[in-house]
Order: sequence, then C-alpha cells, then structure tokens
Amino acid sequence: MPVTLRLPSVLAPSAGGRTVHAAKGATVGEVVADVATRYPDLGARLRDARGEPYPYVVFYLDDEDIRFRNGFATPVADGAEIVVVPAIAGG
Amino acid sequence: MSIGRPPGELPPLANDEILRYSRHLIIPEVGVEGQRRLKAARILMVGAGGLGSPVALYLAAAGVGRLGIVEPDVVDETNLQRQVLHGTKDVGRKKVESARDRIRDLNPHVEVVAHEAWLGSGNALDIIGQYDLVVDGTDNFATRYLVNDACVLLGKPNVYGSIYRFEGQATVFCTDAGPCYRCLYPEPPPPGLVPSCAEGGVLGVLPGLLGTVQATEAVKLVTGVGEPLVGRLLLVDAARMEFRTVRLRRNPRCPACGTHEIRALIDYQQFCGIRGEEADLAGIPAMTVAELDARRRAGADLDLVDVREPHEWDIARIEGARLAPLSRFAEALRTFDGARDVVLYCKSGVRSARAVRQLQDAGFRRVWNLQGGILRWSEEIDPAVPRY
Repeated sequence: MPVTLRLPSVLAPSAGGRTVHAAKGATVGEVVADVATRYPDLGARLRDARGEPYPYVVFYLDDEDIRFRNGFATPVADGAEIVVVPAIAGG
Repeated sequence: MSIGRPPGELPPLANDEILRYSRHLIIPEVGVEGQRRLKAARILMVGAGGLGSPVALYLAAAGVGRLGIVEPDVVDETNLQRQVLHGTKDVGRKKVESARDRIRDLNPHVEVVAHEAWLGSGNALDIIGQYDLVVDGTDNFATRYLVNDACVLLGKPNVYGSIYRFEGQATVFCTDAGPCYRCLYPEPPPPGLVPSCAEGGVLGVLPGLLGTVQATEAVKLVTGVGEPLVGRLLLVDAARMEFRTVRLRRNPRCPACGTHEIRALIDYQQFCGIRGEEADLAGIPAMTVAELDARRRAGADLDLVDVREPHEWDIARIEGARLAPLSRFAEALRTFDGARDVVLYCKSGVRSARAVRQLQDAGFRRVWNLQGGILRWSEEIDPAVPRY
C-alpha cells in the first residue's frame, strides 16, 4: 500500500495542481524523492541543495514532527500519511 | 491554568455587566469568577486586520477589560472583503480609530488602548509588558519572530494564527510548558518565496475561522477553562474543510525558549533577509510610469513584459504588454531579445525587480523595472486600468 503525501495548496502549482499524492518509499526522504522525481520544481521547494529539509517547511509523519524522530531517514509504514506544513505569515 | 490576578484581587461585576454576561455566568466552568477574570484581563492584539477583526469583536463581546491594539495602517477598500471590524464608511481612517468606535458600540465596558505604531525591537518589550497575553494577527514573518521573542523574554503567552489563501494555522506559544514559534520554524523562508495575502490572496472567511480560534484560546487562557491549544498545531484547510491537529514539541536547542541564548530583541528585518534583499534590489534600473508612457507615445520599440500570474493578467493589464509569469520565468528567458529595450512590470514593482535581476544575471543589459507596477500606471497614467 502506498504512502500519502499531503501538500498545502501553496505548493500545488509545483505538483501538477494537486495537493494529495500517492508515493512509495521506505523513509520520509525516499517518499519525498519519489514525488520530486515526478515534479522537479516541487523537489526544490521541499529539500535544500544537500537534500535536507528547510527550517521553514515541517514534515509530519502520522502527525509527529520528523525532526524529533530521525528526519528524512525516519522509516514509514505502508499506509502512512506525511503532511507538509510550510511557514505562512498572512494575517 | 488561568492567567492574571488571584481571585481576591479580581474586580466585581456591576448589575448591568451581570445581565450582559449572563450566558457566560450560567456556564459553571466560567461563572462569576471567570467573568471577573475576563474583566481583569489585559490582552494585546498585534494587528487589527483579517485575524484581528474577529479577535477584537469576540474578545470585546466577551468582556475583556483592556484590549490593546497595535496597528499603524489605515482602512483600505481591499480590506473590507475580510476585515469585518471596519466598514465602508471607515475607508481612509486609521484602523485603531475604526476599531475603537466599533468596540465601543459593541461593549462600552471595554477599555481600548490604541498603539498606533509599527511594533519593533525598540518598543515591543515596553508595549507587550503592559499586557497579560498577546494575540498575534500580523501579516509578516519579521513581526512574528519579534512577537515570539518578546513573549519568550517576558513570559507572556502568544496566541498565534496565520493564514494564506484557503489554509490556516493556530496554536498557543510561549506558555511555561509549551514550545515557541522558533521551535516550529527556526528560520523564516527567504523573502519572496512565500507570498503575502496582498500578493497571493486569501479567502475572505478564512481569517474568520482562524481568528475565532485565537479568540477562543485567549478566553480559555484567561478563564482557565478547558485544555489550551498548547503543544498542538491546528491546521485548517477551508477548501477541503479539514481540521487536523499535529503535535508540537519544545526544541531543547531552541535559541529562544530552549538555550535562552536570545537575551534581547534583535534586528528582525535583517533576520528575515529583508535588508539583504532591499540592498540587492536597490541597484535595479528603474523606469517611471510617466517615462514609459512618454517613450511609448514617441513610438519607441519596447518589449513591455508583465511578470504577474495569469489570473492577475485576467484582472487587469497594460495594453501592449505580453505575459511571462515570474513563477516560470526561467522558461521565458529565450523569448527575450538582447537588442531591444525591455521593461518589466508586476502589481507594485517587487516581483518585476526580481525578474530584472534574473535577466541581468542571464546577460541582458537593456532592462528596466517599472516603478510602482500596474497600480502606479492605473493611478498616474490610465485610470481605466482597475486597481486590485
């Protein structure tokens, strides 16, 4: 069963206009890489040049912040859900 | 947990207040003591815009004793689609004055303190120090980091909300137990990466959803009712009407609330890269709308390029321009002719300055940024072009 990657609408234009993506991978980083292969522009919004997360884009794996697990190396189970939460500042 | 004074020091309620707040008083969890806590409370709202509008209305109606409002702006017609604190008659007035009038009408028991200033490192500790808690409804990253650091240094809870298009976030930062904004986002995005509501738009009712969450949390913190939204980040997606809560943790290495290496307020414009970008864009060649108009009338061969997005092009455009959106500008570079004069414009001149820089970096020399963008063109040259 694939993993679900949920993007905010601000990133949808870089991902074929869609916010919900089915993807494969054994870790969060592999799931991100899988989607980034299909949408290179999105990859640059999710990972820096070293392939690490930006400090202003947070990844939640089943509602837990992956920075308090093992970052992009955090393993994902089948059916898991990854939610991407970038900083926004509107008021 | 409730903030503020011990029960023996709370102000009494007069008979007219007992009648006004009766629906609170008959909730056992709020009761007379909870209402007296609200009357004693001093809450600072940073921003009286989209989020601040429902915050002000509901906190005033709830009977918060003193409501401080930091807001330097005046009411603009484009505010009225969501900023329900202000009305059509208020366009052009100071927002703090409009807010004061509306709150006085809603609840004359509330004392409104107007801070008609930009919140900055020079005044934030003094202003925030006068209040029990802060409700952050600002519209930029620099002020959000400023509010956060000031709240951490002063030990004041920060009821946070932010919005963009159809999505919003809310939580309560800076309580004794909870994380702070820097635990969530250690650094801001580079300037220009995340559009503001003015640049990218916002669904008008969205600040209504998030602002009422913030007002709810402020009332809960004051009265001690329920479980505050601490250590949890509420994510709202109005397009799918989904509400999700993810876990927020305190970062022991956070320079604000973890290691406490931030002992004083810093330069937040610099921290957010704004000064660097201002300096970078300062040397961009510029053309005034009058100069562009004169050159076009004289028959000059100009490539006038609109770098806004297609949905903005549909709203308004300058006649004779062509569209090359900044979001896909790299693909459009091959359409430029280095021998022709190129003038780029956007809504107000910020995005087009970045596009000029990209063309310069690609080797183009005869490139200018239209100062003030299509808004200035509408104001000074062609009023038939609608403002938005």
